[in-house]
Amino acid sequence: MNIVVCIKQVPDSAQIRVHPVTNTIMRQGVPTIINPYDLFSLEAALQLRDQTGGKVIVLTMGPPMAEDALRKAMGIGADKAVLLTDRFFAGSDTLATSFSLSMAITKIAEKEGPIDLVFCGKQTIDGDTAQVGPGIACRLGLNQLTYITSIEALDPKAREITVQRRAEGGVQVLKTKLPCMITMLEGSNIVRRGSMPNVLRAAREPILTLNAAAAGIEDVTRCGLRGSPTVVKKVFAPKPRADKAKLIDTTNRSTTDIANDAVDALFAAAPKLHTDLVGRAAQA
Amino acid sequence: MTEKAAPAPAAAAAPAAGGSRAGMKKELPERFRDYKHVWVLIEMERGQVHPVSWELLGEGRKLADKLGVELAGALLAGPGEAARKAVDEAFSYGADLVYLMEDPLLADYRNQPYAAAMTDLVNTYKPEILLMGATNLGRDLAGTVATTLATGLTADCTELAIDHEGSLAATRPTFGGTLLCTIHTLNFRPQMATIRPRVMAMPEAQEGRSGRVIRHALVMEESSVITKILDFIADANMDKAQLAYADIVVAGGMGLGRPENFKLVTELAAVLGAEYGCSRPVVQKGWLPAERQIGQTGKTIRPRLYIAAGISGAIQHRVGVEGSDIILAINTDPNATIFEFAHMGIVGDALQILPALTEAFRRILAVNRLAG
Ligand SMILES: Cc1cc2nc3c(=O)[nH]c(=O)nc-3n(C[C@H](O)[C@H](O)[C@H](O)COP(=O)(O)OP(=O)(O)OC[C@H]3O[C@@H](n4cnc5c(N)ncnc54)[C@H](O)[C@@H]3O)c2cc1C
Ligand SMILES: Cc1cc2nc3c(=O)[nH]c(=O)nc-3n(C[C@H](O)[C@H](O)[C@H](O)COP(=O)(O)OP(=O)(O)OC[C@H]3O[C@@H](n4cnc5c(N)ncnc54)[C@H](O)[C@@H]3O)c2cc1C
Repeated sequence: MNIVVCIKQVPDSAQIRVHPVTNTIMRQGVPTIINPYDLFSLEAALQLRDQTGGKVIVLTMGPPMAEDALRKAMGIGADKAVLLTDRFFAGSDTLATSFSLSMAITKIAEKEGPIDLVFCGKQTIDGDTAQVGPGIACRLGLNQLTYITSIEALDPKAREITVQRRAEGGVQVLKTKLPCMITMLEGSNIVRRGSMPNVLRAAREPILTLNAAAAGIEDVTRCGLRGSPTVVKKVFAPKPRADKAKLIDTTNRSTTDIANDAVDALFAAAPKLHTDLVGRAAQA
Repeated sequence: MTEKAAPAPAAAAAPAAGGSRAGMKKELPERFRDYKHVWVLIEMERGQVHPVSWELLGEGRKLADKLGVELAGALLAGPGEAARKAVDEAFSYGADLVYLMEDPLLADYRNQPYAAAMTDLVNTYKPEILLMGATNLGRDLAGTVATTLATGLTADCTELAIDHEGSLAATRPTFGGTLLCTIHTLNFRPQMATIRPRVMAMPEAQEGRSGRVIRHALVMEESSVITKILDFIADANMDKAQLAYADIVVAGGMGLGRPENFKLVTELAAVLGAEYGCSRPVVQKGWLPAERQIGQTGKTIRPRLYIAAGISGAIQHRVGVEGSDIILAINTDPNATIFEFAHMGIVGDALQILPALTEAFRRILAVNRLAG
């Protein structure tokens, strides 16, 4: 089995700072992590490899420093890593990103043999579109399995996989053919920690670095800003709400009085809510 | 997305205004000139229409009126009564016409037949704008359709508008709401966007409103659909939908200190007939299940009343609750961020205020029951 796991290096977004004057995102000095959702997919891939043999290849598109994310993933247990990096990729939207990544996956297949499974994260925590996985599946003709809560069975000989997928109001049990593209739901497994031997190997293991040409991309106008149909026209800060919360007076008042005041104030502000609640209570 | 020639700061650079790209100038290619009208996917699964479809018809109506074009629903469904009912409802929520694809292959969601159906509809009838809910179904489908059509898709929009050139201006939060950005698809059609449930208001249904139905056939056999549905395991409790659509929501955060204290939240919720929820760290600690999380990476809620106890009001929480009619915050810290966007506040210990509120509501509602 050859499994590719797409991972994205993202800023640890809890620590994102915005420049107060220019309103641009200040990435300098912001620590980066592997997109947390990708780890559940990586873990699922590693479990399948451990069951059936084969290799897990992690792939990222990003700046040269995204190598960090790849080495971390190898520390967790991935066998090989591919870095797709080129200035032509700068400014990619999801259509351009899925184009470049699928070209790289085709190139990996040339080197490593046919790819049976591609895993992506459910979504990222920065772009947060959940569009790249479906984009890759569509371009490579992979059967698409998103929001997977568990992989029930994999039969490499019959080339069949059975999964549970989160849907509205329940879970679908789906059976499909390899090759397919899978995104795992968070919490669907427990991500293993890096082991010492893996971490040591990860530090030494060569990383295959591809630029656009090496990934087989001849027409670079399909990449990056030029290959992106979406155009970001404006970035701005949200308008703060004009007035702050009206505080209930609490000085020298008992908790009961405070609560009564709050309920009175609420119902004064929302009389319809009051009548509806009373109506409901009367029926009960 | 800065200068084209910039030395790749990140392949997926943060969007920056004024990026220079070939597509920046609006010159709609000849082949897209006859793309007209606004479409909304009517998301129907297992006979149930997801209410986000009606929310989007409400929003789509405004866009269509601004453009002076028609609003259409696109309904992919299994044959039967439910589809007919959904068509009527679509009219009542503002659709002028409904493109209806009725086929047994479309009764349950699978990417392959749905994507084939949707792309065929678009290629045949050529909408300029196509909106879908940012649900599991909508996100799964939109990504495939946009890639097949090679057009732009803006995710999770919070605001839609038509600019002076008649182009869709889709605004979405970036980095969890720290900033907003407005994204256009200038040179490709349709302009696609997904919107999360509850972000747009539910329009009033207008009974008796009707419209045209255009039927379109799916050209596909079950034998050519590779993915098979073996089973559907319905959720034991339908919690998920209820939190997003609840009239009243009571939520607790880390300020409650211990998992046992969440019973103060559920007790207040019970008296109000409300749903309960929490902030993200509460889920991460394992105090409440993930479907109770409210915020950017949880549920967006839009209740008439939201009571938040021991929640600081981080931006990722705020973006999920801003559509609430009234927010009442309880926090020991008078400087807590939540007081900046709550409408009412109590500076105090939630462990005492919550039970007192429960009592106060219980008393008032009981008194009124006697009186009424
Ligand atoms: C704030 C912000 C808003 C944006 N809004 C939009 C928008 O509305 N529409 C649009 O088309 N583009 C948008 N973009 C651009 C988009 O983020 C980039 O195209 C990005 O390269 C991929 O999208 P994503 O981060 O949303 O990934 P998602 O589609 O959420 O990622 C899903 C999975 O795909 C894989 N993946 C994604 N990127 C990579 C990568 N570089 N390398 C390896 N694997 C990867 C990972 O497995 C990931 O978990 C936005 C970018 C930002 C920063
Ligand atoms: C990518 C990303 C996505 C995220 N998505 C979400 C999301 O969807 N939803 C979400 O909620 N968060 C989300 N977060 C986390 C968010 O940034 C905050 O960390 C989180 O909302 C804080 O939760 P809290 O308010 O419960 O806890 P804290 O920030 O710890 O606040 C606790 C509050 O309780 C108050 N308090 C303490 N004791 C009492 C008492 N006895 N009575 C009353 N008040 C008391 C304190 O003054 C404080 O204001 C996300 C973060 C990231 C990075």
